[in-house]
Amino acid sequence: MTNSACECLLQLYEDQLELEDYQSGVPRWCSGCGDNAILAAVQRLCRDQRLRPEKTVFVSGIGCSSRFPHYMKTFGFHGVHGRALPVAEGIRMARPDLHVFVNTGDGDCCSIGAAHWIHAIRYNMNMTVMLHDNRIYGLTKMQVSPTSPKGTKSNTTPRGSQLEALRPLTVTLGVENVSFVAQAVDWVPELLYDILHKAFHHRGCSFVRIVQRCPEWLPNAFDPWMQDPMRLLLLTHENGLEPGATVSRVYGNQEVHDPGNIHRAREIASIDDPIPVGILYRNPSVPCYEDLCQSGELNTAEFIRAGLEAEFDKFTVWPQVD
Amino acid sequence: MNDTSLRKKAPRSKGAAPGRKAAATLTQHVVEVISDSGEGAQRCGQALGAIAARMGNGVWTVEIIPAEIRPPARSVAGASGNRIRLGASSVSNGGDETDLVVAFNEQVLLGRIRAGELKPDCTILLECTWRDSADPKVAASYREAYDRLVAAGYKVYEIPMEQQCRALVADSRRGKNMFVLGMLCSIYSLDLVLAREQIEQTFSKKAASVIETNISLLNAGHEWAEANLDFKYHIPAARATVPQIVVNGNTALALGVLASGMEICSMYPITPATSASHYLSECFHRVGGIVHQAEDEIAACAFAIGASYAGKCAVTITSGPGYSLKQEAIGLAVMAEIPMVVVDVQRGGPSTGQPTKVEQGDLLTTIFGSHGDAPKVVMATSTIEDCFYAMITARKIAETFNMVVVVLSDASLATSQTPFARPGFDTAWVAPPVDQSPMPPGTRSYDWDATTGLARRLIPGQPDGMHAVTGLAHDRLSRVAYDPDINQEGLRARSLKLAALQKTLKTPPVFGDPHGDLLIIGWGSTRGAIEEAVECLRGEGMKVASMHLQFLQPMAAGIKEIMARFNKVMTIETNWSDSLEDEIIDETNRRYAALATLLRARYLVDVDCWTEVRGQPIKPGTICRVIREKWHH
Ligand SMILES: Cc1ncc(C[n+]2csc(CCOP(=O)(O)OP(=O)(O)O)c2C)c(N)n1
Ligand code: SF4
Ligand SMILES: [Mg+2]
Repeated sequence: MTNSACECLLQLYEDQLELEDYQSGVPRWCSGCGDNAILAAVQRLCRDQRLRPEKTVFVSGIGCSSRFPHYMKTFGFHGVHGRALPVAEGIRMARPDLHVFVNTGDGDCCSIGAAHWIHAIRYNMNMTVMLHDNRIYGLTKMQVSPTSPKGTKSNTTPRGSQLEALRPLTVTLGVENVSFVAQAVDWVPELLYDILHKAFHHRGCSFVRIVQRCPEWLPNAFDPWMQDPMRLLLLTHENGLEPGATVSRVYGNQEVHDPGNIHRAREIASIDDPIPVGILYRNPSVPCYEDLCQSGELNTAEFIRAGLEAEFDKFTVWPQVD
Repeated sequence: MNDTSLRKKAPRSKGAAPGRKAAATLTQHVVEVISDSGEGAQRCGQALGAIAARMGNGVWTVEIIPAEIRPPARSVAGASGNRIRLGASSVSNGGDETDLVVAFNEQVLLGRIRAGELKPDCTILLECTWRDSADPKVAASYREAYDRLVAAGYKVYEIPMEQQCRALVADSRRGKNMFVLGMLCSIYSLDLVLAREQIEQTFSKKAASVIETNISLLNAGHEWAEANLDFKYHIPAARATVPQIVVNGNTALALGVLASGMEICSMYPITPATSASHYLSECFHRVGGIVHQAEDEIAACAFAIGASYAGKCAVTITSGPGYSLKQEAIGLAVMAEIPMVVVDVQRGGPSTGQPTKVEQGDLLTTIFGSHGDAPKVVMATSTIEDCFYAMITARKIAETFNMVVVVLSDASLATSQTPFARPGFDTAWVAPPVDQSPMPPGTRSYDWDATTGLARRLIPGQPDGMHAVTGLAHDRLSRVAYDPDINQEGLRARSLKLAALQKTLKTPPVFGDPHGDLLIIGWGSTRGAIEEAVECLRGEGMKVASMHLQFLQPMAAGIKEIMARFNKVMTIETNWSDSLEDEIIDETNRRYAALATLLRARYLVDVDCWTEVRGQPIKPGTICRVIREKWHH
């Protein structure tokens, strides 16, 4: 008895993972960059959920934000610009036992990878997608992004951008099979954590747009929002976020929003100011593509042989027998 | 020619009365069955091939596919059907122009003539129901075409197919194909019992009455030909002793995917690759596999990379333009050393239509394409059987060397069938289970071997194997590296792997004498035609030999030594090369064919080339003609 109790304790001790167990290297983001806050929230989430580091994969494209996997002591895949989602889908399809996270920038997701974004929502594979939306191309040194507000001055729009910004949440909510859409801001860590926590526990493609500061190229862009808590619209609901007393007190501008209500979700998605924060939409009953595809069979050599021989039979010309 | 071109008169009548004619013995014959699409010529042709294969004949069938999905009926561009080459021994290619054609209307026939596909003295069996069509335009066009064919010297037999079938089936247009099959069984002296069995197999999923009707059509065609045709052939056959598989190259590729133990195929539809994925979609789940039709080729490739990275080597199947789109992702897989098999069923060029026809257009693209230095393995299939085994080999190489392996096939192999011995399953073909064993602490994610460049691959799920793979230059710990030495080291390791693979390759065999005047080098689907031509030319006394390359990157050792044993070396390929006969083309600006370019660059040997890009496989007769001309120059 004592022996197995000891083993249990030992096991517990071994399973006890610390923040350091998820930290790798020193992030090379600018100081004050919102990506740092996202990283901290994610590392906390992994620790609290006790995700086995070897069973966890972070997949990204290219951009400042896509450096993310290098700073996680898990498996990581830092791919090519715009293609994080299809890589993550392949991983998920091959290995349903892994926890899959995606980090993608606004250029990565909403411009070069836009086709994949729409289809990822439709596939609804179980993964947590974080859109690091700083409304600018960071890594390539300040070019306009599809989510840059009209009038944004950048290296390719020195006289101000001419087009209206694309709203990632309205697009996402317009795609069939959408199952989880949320929005967070990097400068309220408690809410960011709570939202990522909900996203992680949703089975399906959880899409979280994180409004992210880029002090390097758009300094002070979000100062008015940071200085005035009333310019965040906190979405609360028993099926969504239930913020603690402190947060509730600070962010008094609240709406009780049922994440099952897609119509209201779409309206909220098109609000730019105040910035809505919380779970806009959640539908746990949308099937996941990988579940629809899996045969559930184990591919043993014997199993493959049987399948192959059956196929050969269809095309075999047998020698004549006398 | 006059008397032989009379209707229903004997072209080679040697006094034998119908029904008692002696069968002329042939060593090989090319026969076509063509119709509007939907009239069943394809099925007839395939059944003919299968019956002949069972008799023990060599068989090579090629699909004749119109470029449009539903071309208008009776149109010149609408020929749909099969071209079957029958031989006394095994047949390695589609052969030369057609000897005998069965056409369901005169327009599809005219299409084939315009394409230059029929021999000048080809025997034509033509459905004559159109002669008395209620539509005066149709009747007139038929009569005019008939007269022109006869005047041109073809031996034309008018066959009342529809009329003969009418007694047996309600829709005689649909029944014709089995009537024609019966006719052809009579013409080629094929075993009717085997033909009946073939019909039973073809319609095994249909009601018994359907089988019965088709057998009665077969019998009717046979009887009609016996009674009315004044010629008959016999192609001696060596009885097959082993079970054989009859599939086209794309189906063979797909069967190879099954056999290789790969579990995920991600693709985006593109001709002529798609049919491989169609077939895989039908059967892959039976071995636990998944076909994912992605939103585009970029996603298809990235998806395959994700699956492979996670431990299940995946395949993505495409054709030229799709390959172009995959190139960036392929560069990533090379850099991150993720095994992946990419199949490129080559075609001509962008867009649709002619570009979807036969061409070996992507050799240089696949070897040199992507960005920066992206060493990958490129191999080409040269027979239908090869298409099957190549997939198993490709996966093995991909996983052994953690490399991208490109398998080149083309539209010719994709749509051709010839029997090959049914493979015996080998458990060594399939993949071992995904390695999830813990790594000793301190394991480095890219522990490149100093000699071979090889490093063990760490797979998600392996305790203490955690690292972030990256497309950026990286060190042995997979950390993003800015140090110039590290970039140099990584590039070296990835390049060395090709050399390491090369050390394991066998020198390709020479077909023909080991030395002589001319060595022809080929790759891919031209193999059968080149070797047949070489055999023929050697019979004429020329000192010609050939060599066919399976591995284009890396190339096996020993090739230069073989080339040195011949006075001249040239490649024959189905891709573009400039001709020195063009006024402004000379040695300083001539663009050589793809393989010739490679050989010249690698071996510093003056390799000449001859190529043709007519959207058709190169014919052995054409090769003979070209070589003879060069010879006598
Ligand atoms: C095919 C390709 N095109 C362009 C680039 C250059 N590029 C790298 S990151 C990037 C945009 C980054 O912006 P975003 O996705 O918003 O990420 P951020 O840096 O803002 O986090 C571009 C254009 C590339 N790497 N690959
Ligand atoms: S440039 Fe902007 S996005 Fe990139 S690291 Fe710096 S602050 Fe962050
Ligand atoms: Mg950005």
